[in-house]
Amino acid sequence: MDFFNSPTSILSIIALFFIGGVGSVFLSRIYADNGKAAGTFAHLAALLASLLGLITAASVLFNGQGIFFTLGTLFSAVSFDFRVDGLSAFFLGIVSIIAAATSLYGLSYQKHFYGKYNVGIFGFFYNALIASLMLVMIANQALFFLLVWECMSLASYFLVVYEFRNAENIKAGFLYFLMAHFGTIFIMFAFFLAYKATGSLDFDAWRNSVGALSPLMRGLIFGSVLIGFGTKSGIIPLHIWLPEAHPAAPSHVSALLSGVMIKTGIFMFVRFFFDFFPGAPMEWGLIFLVLGAISTLLGVLYALSEHDLKRLLAYHSVENIGIILLGFGAGLVFFSLGLETFALFALAAALYHTLNHAIFKALLFLGAGVVVSETGTRHMEDYGGLIRLMPYTAFFFLIGSLAISAFPPFNGFASEWLTFQALFVGISSTSSLVKGVFIFSIASLVFTGGLAAACFVKAFGTTFLARSRSEKVSKAHEGGWPMKVSMGMLALLTVVLGVFSTTVIAALVGVVASMGLIDPLTYRFPFAEFISARDQFANVLPLHAVAMILLVIFLVTASVIMWATRKRKIVIGKTWDCGMPLNSRGEITASSFSRSLITIFRGLLRPTKQTSTEYHDENMRYFIKFQEIRTEIGDPYRQALYGPAHRVLTFVASWARRIQSGNVNLYLSYIFITLIALLWWAAR
Amino acid sequence: MQNRVGAGIFQPYRNLWKLFQKDEVISEDASWIFRFSPYLIFALTLVIGSGVPFISLHAPDLLNGGISFMPLGDFITLIYLFALATFFLALSGMDIGSGFGGFGSSREMTMAALAEGGLFFSLLAASVAAQTGNVFGMVENLQTLPLQSFSPLIIAFLAFFVALLAENSRFPVDNPATHLELTMIHEAMILEHSGKRLALMEWAAANKLFIFIALGVNIFFPWGVALSLDPGALFASLVFFAVKGGVLLLAIALIESLMAKFRIFRVPDLLFTSFVLGVIALTLIITF
Amino acid sequence: MLQMEASLLFIFRPRRIRHGRTHKWPLLTFLETVMYRMIRKIASIPKLVIPTSELLEMDVEVLGEKLETSIQKIFKGSLAIREVAAGSSNAEEQELTALTNAYYDVERFGIQFVASPRHADMLMVTGPVSRNMAEGLRRTFEATPAPKIVVAVGDGAIDGGVYRDSYAIHNSVEDVIPVDFKIPGDPPSPKVVLAALLQIFQEVESKEADSHE
Repeated sequence: MDFFNSPTSILSIIALFFIGGVGSVFLSRIYADNGKAAGTFAHLAALLASLLGLITAASVLFNGQGIFFTLGTLFSAVSFDFRVDGLSAFFLGIVSIIAAATSLYGLSYQKHFYGKYNVGIFGFFYNALIASLMLVMIANQALFFLLVWECMSLASYFLVVYEFRNAENIKAGFLYFLMAHFGTIFIMFAFFLAYKATGSLDFDAWRNSVGALSPLMRGLIFGSVLIGFGTKSGIIPLHIWLPEAHPAAPSHVSALLSGVMIKTGIFMFVRFFFDFFPGAPMEWGLIFLVLGAISTLLGVLYALSEHDLKRLLAYHSVENIGIILLGFGAGLVFFSLGLETFALFALAAALYHTLNHAIFKALLFLGAGVVVSETGTRHMEDYGGLIRLMPYTAFFFLIGSLAISAFPPFNGFASEWLTFQALFVGISSTSSLVKGVFIFSIASLVFTGGLAAACFVKAFGTTFLARSRSEKVSKAHEGGWPMKVSMGMLALLTVVLGVFSTTVIAALVGVVASMGLIDPLTYRFPFAEFISARDQFANVLPLHAVAMILLVIFLVTASVIMWATRKRKIVIGKTWDCGMPLNSRGEITASSFSRSLITIFRGLLRPTKQTSTEYHDENMRYFIKFQEIRTEIGDPYRQALYGPAHRVLTFVASWARRIQSGNVNLYLSYIFITLIALLWWAAR
Repeated sequence: MQNRVGAGIFQPYRNLWKLFQKDEVISEDASWIFRFSPYLIFALTLVIGSGVPFISLHAPDLLNGGISFMPLGDFITLIYLFALATFFLALSGMDIGSGFGGFGSSREMTMAALAEGGLFFSLLAASVAAQTGNVFGMVENLQTLPLQSFSPLIIAFLAFFVALLAENSRFPVDNPATHLELTMIHEAMILEHSGKRLALMEWAAANKLFIFIALGVNIFFPWGVALSLDPGALFASLVFFAVKGGVLLLAIALIESLMAKFRIFRVPDLLFTSFVLGVIALTLIITF
Repeated sequence: MLQMEASLLFIFRPRRIRHGRTHKWPLLTFLETVMYRMIRKIASIPKLVIPTSELLEMDVEVLGEKLETSIQKIFKGSLAIREVAAGSSNAEEQELTALTNAYYDVERFGIQFVASPRHADMLMVTGPVSRNMAEGLRRTFEATPAPKIVVAVGDGAIDGGVYRDSYAIHNSVEDVIPVDFKIPGDPPSPKVVLAALLQIFQEVESKEADSHE
């Protein structure tokens, strides 16, 4: 048992990923079976390593004993410090669960790559991604962290452009690469500012440096952290890469990206604002609340306007990051006001939603993966009737939809409920600015709940229900058993985490509290005593009671009514549509389902409609021969933010190009002038 | 009011009785969701009803022999359980693949998403005034509140009333008696149900209205709700509830007879107004 | 945002002075209109419904076999009718529409018109079935759950009426779907239809004492 709570476990996990990645490349060279052996090996290695990671995380948490070790240094700058404390263990657990599910899923999904793409390379980058995701959570030194962060960005880039024959994927990958490095620049800036303020690159030194930061320095660091890690998390307006990159990747990689990778941003937010430099002024909490509220509402509105299934899910990730930031911002505000207990709960709400979103988003992406790979298209307008062809996928996707729309007794409801409670505390504060921001946050969360439910009625209904809307879709069939098992496990987790929400909330409070309560010598933290406090919530959030009562009443009512009407016959007939023959064109489409909401919110969404018409007689222009109508949603970020930034950058760059005149004499004079200036500076 | 005799008061019960005796015709395009949703929706209304105060705040605690709060009463849980019923109703409307069910679901989800703002904020205002999130606790605490603090709650009640009209498909949001499919919201989704499933949907809609009325009159006008299980107090509470509920039902009937249904893109204005009223009520309560 | 504020201002706006009348807030006008005038109107208006006894005394000819007792019992308190116009001249529809007005008031017997045949117990078919409507009529019949009753209303539905033997029609509803009852007339007046309905269900007990909304 002690094995799982020691550095050996961490090293074995990394070793397993390494073997999995390198081995998969070798196997793809040795065997000529289209990569089947390589892929299976890679996915099995990842599965094993993830399970090991899960057990390690669990044992760290339940024993209350962290893992801290160093492997050495490189170039006397990069020091391989590892630290697995309560927070790291929690996030490690999230990564492990999702990675285990996606690895199992991948065993069946990889058959779509046979003969088209090199599965060995896929296995390599897949293992590299999960390994770097885990390492990001446990790195304890700034340069080591940056090294692993870069690994993660590169591995995910190669996975996004894996299906390179599709030109859109390349474009999406490039945008993702650009935005990821844009964020990394700010992260590096923040790290070096902290180095300047504290004199060290160790995270431990930063933890112990309370009070050594001037307000200006702290503000700069927090701002860079916000932009840097915010780009990774997908906060509006830094989110433009998300709806391009996540759909482009293979589906189980999308699940990893959406479920886990954007949470690394949240992880570092918690680290910076609560672990390294606690005591942020209240304005930062309000900034996070406002950003969270905007991301939530806009994310769900953009999701409503999508008819590409995976883009819809990607926008929902933006929405849920907004919800997480609401809890996080509330925690910051309470901490700055001295309300430590409420801060604990608000942060626990944010972490709970992190966990829940990872699980149900992965479930949804895995389900979408089955649909997309079997039908060959991401376009929702072609789907329909899949519930008969893929009953298990439909059922698990339904569970995921119920969870993400925050219905009791699933886990999404529990974390949104806790976030609501945290926000309610905030509205009774004294300052009207704080009250106003909290009311705005509550309003955006309330509307998001309803709009997300509408969006998933559309997504589930258009994809799975009624009749097929196109020929190719009617030939789809169910996925293999690894897909079913992995989705089933995640669906079960959504139910379990919802019904046992009181235990989970108590555990999360323990995780959050453990950040401040770690004994620096033995690295122990009192996690176990928080779990025993769960009974205090049982009366307030009785989700187990709800689930049980619902089940009982449903079974009783159904049996009574079915017995009372047992003699009635059920005749199967055609759908009633006023006596007309029904075809697939008569069903509602995804775009028209959300048209009412888009029209209502047209101020925010700015829908456009372009009509191009071809007439039989161009002079008379009366009888239409052919008409094409394009409805689109405006993209204000590219128009107002990125477009001008790009133009300014190009302008400045081409202006600065004048320095390179091609004249060697001019270059020599540059060197001469610089030399004079440096000599003058040194002699000063 | 409509100048005719009309059906009797118990006509809905006669309709239900007849429907349970009819066979069903189910579309060949429908899946298990269509077959399963009516039971779920009906069971949900019963579950929610068990968590809402009607005439008494306490239930006999059979295990200990005392009296206790019902476990289900958190108002956020109630709102989201209603939303779950609406979700499955919309899914069963889409399941049949006809144009009517599809756009009925689209409109229903639109109205539900927008009405939730007013509903949530009105109940939140009452919850902040009563310092508790449990509806039973709200009724108990609001009973003892001095009358002058009630004015923000009246505003909250207006917001709640509009949300009631929207969620229960009444005028001016939806016409529950229309035959024109293009004017239907709730009816469009149950066009395909027949026999016992139709009976369950109609019954569930009636239950939902009853629960909303109970919430509205008991939280915002909490005087008269029994605090104990004393039979005299229960009877008095029943009379109070009948009177208050009757006034609210009369208001709904008046609106139905006096007003025309709003054009569909005017309804969001009404729902946003209800949301703003809820925010105003909340702000008034937390400022004073 | 502007919409919200506009709605709010709309509720609480003051009225302009008009025709020498004083300022009146719409709330007061509402109270006066609703609370006082409306209640006065409700209390004073006489009941103008055709009495049931008059209907029962009519001698109406309804063709068709008597309903089974079991079906009679099911539909006694509540009957849902779906009207199908199968190529009719619309005369019968006008008469059927009048059934729901305040004078004939068919709803007091528990009879209502519904939009979907899935909700219906009785199909009232009018018109000689034109060839285009035959398939629609058949689908409507199949979409109605059992037990169901089909009534052909009007001479056109019974045997083609003035359009008999035309190339465009099927001559009678019975050629397309099985018919249980026929109400003759071109068109039958609402009184005849109502009396025929009552006769079909033999609601002999008087329903004079009703509660009114």
